[in-house]
Amino acid sequence: MTGVLAASTSFAVPANVAFAVMAVFMVAAAVRVVTTKNVVHAALWLVVVLGGVGLNYLLLQAEFVAMTQFLVYLGAVVVLFLFGIMLTRAPLGVSDDLDNSQRRLGVVIGVLLLAVLSFALVRSFGADKLTFEAYDQGAEVARAVGENGRTQAISDSIFGEYLIPFEVTSVLLLAALIGAIVLARKD
Amino acid sequence: MLLNQFLLLSAVLFSIGVYGVVVRKNGVLVLMSIELILNAVNINLIAFSTFWGLGGQVFALFVIAVAAAEVGVGLAIVLLIYRNRRSVDIDTLDELKG
Repeated sequence: MTGVLAASTSFAVPANVAFAVMAVFMVAAAVRVVTTKNVVHAALWLVVVLGGVGLNYLLLQAEFVAMTQFLVYLGAVVVLFLFGIMLTRAPLGVSDDLDNSQRRLGVVIGVLLLAVLSFALVRSFGADKLTFEAYDQGAEVARAVGENGRTQAISDSIFGEYLIPFEVTSVLLLAALIGAIVLARKD
Repeated sequence: MLLNQFLLLSAVLFSIGVYGVVVRKNGVLVLMSIELILNAVNINLIAFSTFWGLGGQVFALFVIAVAAAEVGVGLAIVLLIYRNRRSVDIDTLDELKG
């Protein structure tokens, strides 16, 4: 249902305006993350990028992933980064010692990579429109079970089709938990 | 909305992340650049999931979980480097160069 709404022209213009504003903010913030001379500011600019990515998920009608993004990234990962900055006693003010001497090489690599990627993307997908056809199938489920149908469809595919990757991910999380404790304990 | 506007945004974020990984020498900042790269990949997965169904969203959730694990272990390693060497400058970690 919302997929039909998104495909209609009445939704397209505000969605595109929202996307343009977010894209400008996200790219500017991402550039600040990799160029700022203040470590704490880099973590705070990262919040803008991660939040913008979450809002992009909302535009793409992936509400559950957007909420997970806000909870996990803005709630946990950024706090972890701030703790990491604090525990490694990073210089809290401006410091000129954060970049190595490869800045010119980095710019060349980044621009080259961007050029190749954009060329390939424009070549392959041109002006393809988002149809949301897969989500309209989810809307069938939504009509059958009520408002939370799409989230229910995600849980159906996690615990059905993708059960084994899900279990592997949970084992990986356990291994990461134990690994982090073993690495960080003092003795 | 076009498919390519999301894909190009993610390409820009990916390239900026790669620049950060190449240029930064503070371990925590390198991990932040890796987060940029992983988020760019996630935008791609979600954009394509509008065509191919919920698999893309499920894999985006997996990527988020793996990224959280990666940050946990990565920061533990950076912390250990700091404890042993009193600095997180990863350009000085060149013992394996021989």
